[in-house]
Amino acid sequence: MKKTLTLLLAGALGLATFAGCSSDDAASSNTIKIGINYELSGPVATYGQASLDGIKMAMEEINAAGGIKGKKIELKEYDNKSEPAEATTLATKLMTSDKVVAVLGPATSGNFKATIPIATKDKVPVISGSATADDVTVDDKGVKEYAFRTCFNDSFQGNAMANFASKKLNKTKAVMIVDSSSDYSKGLAENFKKTFTANGGTIVGEEAYVTKDTEFNPILTRIKNQDFDVIYLPGYYNEAGKIIKQARALQITAPVLGGDGFDSPVLLEQAGASALNDVYFTNHYSSLDQDPKVVKFIADFKAKYNSEPNAFHALGYDTMKFLADAIGRASAVDGESIKTALAETKDFSAVTGTFSVDGNHNPVKAIVVIGLKDGQQATSEKIES
Amino acid sequence: MQELIQQLINGLSLGSIYALIALGYTMVYGIIQLINFAHGDVYMVGAYVGYFCMARAHLGFFTSLVIAMLVCTVLGVVIERVAYKPLRNSTRIAVLITAIGVSLLLEYGMMFFVGPEVRAYPPMPGFMEASYNIGGVIIRAQQLLIIGISLILMIGLQYIVRRTKVGKAMRAVSQDADAARLMGINVDNTISLTFALGSALAGAAGVLVGVYYNSIDPLMGILPGLKAFVAAVLGGIGLIPGALIGGYVIGAVETLVAGYGFSMYKDAVVFAILIAVLMVKPTGLLGKNVREKV
Amino acid sequence: MSNRYARIGVQVVLLALVYGIVWALINAGVIDDYIQATMATICINIILAVSLNLITGFTGQFSLGHAGFMAIGAYTTALVTMEYPTTWGFLGGVFLGAILAAIVGFLIGLPTLRLRGDYLAIATLGMAEIIRILLLNFDFTNGAAGLSGIPSFVGWTWLFVFTVGTIVLISNFLHSSHGRASISIREDEIAAESVGINATRAKTLAFTVGAFFGAIAGGLYASYFYFIKPDLFGFLKSIDILVIVVLGGLGSLTGSIIAAILLALLQTFLQPFPELRMIIYSLALVMIMIFRPQGLMGSRELNLASLTRLTRRGRAAEGAS
Repeated sequence: MKKTLTLLLAGALGLATFAGCSSDDAASSNTIKIGINYELSGPVATYGQASLDGIKMAMEEINAAGGIKGKKIELKEYDNKSEPAEATTLATKLMTSDKVVAVLGPATSGNFKATIPIATKDKVPVISGSATADDVTVDDKGVKEYAFRTCFNDSFQGNAMANFASKKLNKTKAVMIVDSSSDYSKGLAENFKKTFTANGGTIVGEEAYVTKDTEFNPILTRIKNQDFDVIYLPGYYNEAGKIIKQARALQITAPVLGGDGFDSPVLLEQAGASALNDVYFTNHYSSLDQDPKVVKFIADFKAKYNSEPNAFHALGYDTMKFLADAIGRASAVDGESIKTALAETKDFSAVTGTFSVDGNHNPVKAIVVIGLKDGQQATSEKIES
Repeated sequence: MQELIQQLINGLSLGSIYALIALGYTMVYGIIQLINFAHGDVYMVGAYVGYFCMARAHLGFFTSLVIAMLVCTVLGVVIERVAYKPLRNSTRIAVLITAIGVSLLLEYGMMFFVGPEVRAYPPMPGFMEASYNIGGVIIRAQQLLIIGISLILMIGLQYIVRRTKVGKAMRAVSQDADAARLMGINVDNTISLTFALGSALAGAAGVLVGVYYNSIDPLMGILPGLKAFVAAVLGGIGLIPGALIGGYVIGAVETLVAGYGFSMYKDAVVFAILIAVLMVKPTGLLGKNVREKV
Repeated sequence: MSNRYARIGVQVVLLALVYGIVWALINAGVIDDYIQATMATICINIILAVSLNLITGFTGQFSLGHAGFMAIGAYTTALVTMEYPTTWGFLGGVFLGAILAAIVGFLIGLPTLRLRGDYLAIATLGMAEIIRILLLNFDFTNGAAGLSGIPSFVGWTWLFVFTVGTIVLISNFLHSSHGRASISIREDEIAAESVGINATRAKTLAFTVGAFFGAIAGGLYASYFYFIKPDLFGFLKSIDILVIVVLGGLGSLTGSIIAAILLALLQTFLQPFPELRMIIYSLALVMIMIFRPQGLMGSRELNLASLTRLTRRGRAAEGAS
């Protein structure tokens, strides 16, 4: 007898969860519903929050200008807690309960990838502004029909930096310091290595660390006695800042190259201004850019949020505008038509560079290499793809 | 050779931090047989107190260090009185779960108040940013500072435990609490004092780490806390000299593993050492084998 | 004896009814995909909590590494189903993962369970961390990026079968002589040994069985949510499972089930305040231990017998007034 209710309880779960069920699918036809599935808490909350700030700013601009096809945009916001399972669940909720026509986010490749099977199943496009892994939009089974992004991918960034190192800086011997707990870091390193060796350079050493490490002296001490002339450090600002500081303290003076993970004021806080010389990184846009679109974006952003925008803000902003543009061109406001319109995007003018969507759903756009002097952006150079 | 010496110096600085934290673990375990999971988070709180003293109140390094130690002392005693004391007669598992609860509460409570982002310590005065090049081996002033302050604190602790009346009481309680009570020792106060001493050392470690690595965050205590515990077990849990040796050994092992190209496995190696110690000699390097009596 | 069969008959009918109703509701579209996903989370958490309860609640051994076993199950299932994307491949993967986890559990448990005290907690924590770091660095697990595009075979049927199966098997284990031995060790290890129970063997057995079922939950997770990566199986995941067990009551299977459902509902409720979730969890742990160490259910079980007793008592009280 003991078990009866034990078992019953297990079985009755379905009924217990009804509480959470609500259906307001009578889609108020004067708005266009767009899902927000971002990392608003958890370890990568800063990316999600920054993206959302950019998205909201774009949404307000669009709505103030009368919306799309005469309809205002309505955002359905959820926090996926930086967890892929939560991202999957929320994508399902947005697409089936909230009946959105498209979902923006998540910000990181892993969480974004976790939502793509749902997007394909429910025929609702998902767009990320910052999922940079190569296999996000395309894998060996072909293009993922409903997945789009507005950022360049890891291989493009790794290649660009390798070319910059061998052609602009004339370096031939590189050491790589890679975050082995980050697919982003590994992806960049792999592509840097490929292009750098193809250009005639050699990778003389490869060191690893993991996110949240603080002690880098052991690996730097090991590097120090090797013969190299440049360091490639694809990683995020927290660890990169510490690595640069500890490297300079150990009197390692070679130039340090990185990726868009450097783009944060925290890099300066962590490393200190004196350590940030001869540091270059690839990025989506530079605040030094004199393009009127960029200047206006930065001014508007400062007016609204009272702080400097970073790449996540700019990409979030572009992602919303990119989607709005496609909805405007779509034959109907539903997932399938929007997907077709997104894939047909040509010469879309964005803050992070004018782009067209290619056959693999990647934006074809320029990359910027930023050089730091005493911690401040001193040079920026656009490299067209 | 030169590289090895450099690595050992790196290991010595790291080991000092582990040793300071491990002392608190080992003292608490010695006296009430509790793995105080919240200990690593006391260290985190110490780092934040130091940060606010220096960055907001613009106090000097040594003043901030003392304030952080005092705040952590109070925190340690409060944790003991509020969370552990009511459970003195409960099962071990209940106390252990409480310790985990307190640990999470400190971590996420801190995150709620100061935000999850990593903070950088303010720039240090010039004399602490210096570095000396001795035959190609670079020694930073901060490394000397960490090693020096750790040694002073450890000697101080040893003096309290060996030479004072309260120290004698601590040793008595850890041997047999009931017998100590019969001898007129106030067991509850002695336990609180143990928490106070251990927490003060953890607070000092927190400030030193903040200065050395220039970065603190609310979850910074988890991993060093666990590794310090491993250090305490390795040296022989409950034994003060054991914690010192364990701390330095773990610091050196971690540095050498990373320095010879396996940095992604350095945490795994530390935990593997723990499991190996538990399998081969659970009483640790300095521990004597005591047969459990029924 | 016939009474016993009658009871089993009633149980089977009730279960079949629950299964059928939910199945019909899913097909009718009343239970949408989102509710199904929540149900999947609850079922997986129930398996995890029930299996950890066997180790921590019933045998009294503190394990902080349940997420490690879950990881073994999840990765094995994912790798096998990606190679053989059929239902048989999925089942094979789940069982292979469970067996692997049981072997690891046995190897870790045997030496550390000889010791008394809290060593197991730290050893299991270390084991889970080692598993996570290895998964992060192996090539075949695709490192930090994790495995994505795992073929999904888990629907309501498999969730139901595995969840009910786990509860039935663990409940039967507890009522066997092995289970009784485990409980006696929790109550008093020395007394248990003095009546001839081989404590190390009984503890290791319970630990191995718990590891086995923990891995099954991992397998279901991988197959339902398409994507896994090493970070998912960190220390905090083990804590999540522990919170369910402690809240429900150390030593109560129904407690674990109720707590898993309650926490899932609390989770949806707390969705707008994510930063409060961990604070509430940690406060709950401390408060429960200080004021109600036995959890919601203590070591009692909720079942038909106790319900009828309650109603009878209620009626008696009415009669008296």
